[in-house]
Amino acid sequence: MAGVRRTVLGAHYGITGWLVQRMSAVIMTLFGVVLLSFILFHAPAGFAEWKMLFSHGWVKIGLLIFFICLSLHAWIGVRDILMDYVHAVGIRLMLETGVLLSLAAYVLWAWSILWGR
Amino acid sequence: MRFSIYRFDPDTDADPCMKDYDLQIEDKDMMLLDALILIKAQDDSLSLRRSCREGVCGSDAMNINGRNGLACITPLAGLKEPVEIRPLPGLPVIRDLIVDMAPFFRQYHSIRPYLVNNDPPPETERLQSPDERAVLDGLYECILCACCTTSCPSFWWNPEKFVGPAGLLQAWRFIADSRDQATSQRLDDLEDPFRLFRCRSIMNCVDACPKGLNPTAAIGEIKRMMVGRKV
Repeated sequence: MAGVRRTVLGAHYGITGWLVQRMSAVIMTLFGVVLLSFILFHAPAGFAEWKMLFSHGWVKIGLLIFFICLSLHAWIGVRDILMDYVHAVGIRLMLETGVLLSLAAYVLWAWSILWGR
Repeated sequence: MRFSIYRFDPDTDADPCMKDYDLQIEDKDMMLLDALILIKAQDDSLSLRRSCREGVCGSDAMNINGRNGLACITPLAGLKEPVEIRPLPGLPVIRDLIVDMAPFFRQYHSIRPYLVNNDPPPETERLQSPDERAVLDGLYECILCACCTTSCPSFWWNPEKFVGPAGLLQAWRFIADSRDQATSQRLDDLEDPFRLFRCRSIMNCVDACPKGLNPTAAIGEIKRMMVGRKV
């Protein structure tokens, strides 16, 4: 049984990954343009105004969605790189798990910054 | 005119090298293949493939001044000297300008490049309307010269897993064919992170194709159809 090293293909998530990467990019662009143009036209004068801006519910929700999209986008990109360069399955699985855990931690961190005290 | 040509004979050489040739060109309308045949008359150890010498068979695909193309339809007049001729990149070299096309054809065969139709054959042909036939324009003309696939970095890196532009253009040619009945199986076969989705749309294939075809557009059509059935 040992020694079978055939190249096996057919994992059916190629389209899902591709679609999620595109849609997350669109959402990030839209949110980025809206937030940047708001800041450009209503530039907050000082710390209090900045704090006010980021205390609005919709800005918080938008930012959290932005960070979730960023993580999904980064996950697919980094996974593709690992698939291309790390050929040992065990090491790849470990690295991919590490990437997933860090991205999850970043999202939770963003959430705690946005809604924390 | 000066030519610098990649030479490698695995039986005698340890490493490949570039060898220079000088040629007196009288006729400015000559194609590169004509010059290579003249060089071969000087040095008959130079090996290259060629057949139809008019851009139909796709045998003499090579890397000309850093760009893949067919020697027989590349005019000498437009080439910068010394003209650097190398074998197609990304495929194992058998000798000089001759490469092993097996990895290319393995991927081509993997997309089942033939009509799949389980209906009993009709008396004459399986007919198409003029519109259905027109869909195949820009797809059926591919001569499988491998200029596109061997200019694609995704194929260089994953030749065993990524189908490559030529194979994907043909995959779309059969998906788009009104007479084919295996559309969903064909899409299933490509719905994988490597076979289709290693295409990053850098469009080297479009740039290289000597027949002016557009594999990137075909890949886009396959993705569009996959998205349509996914969402």
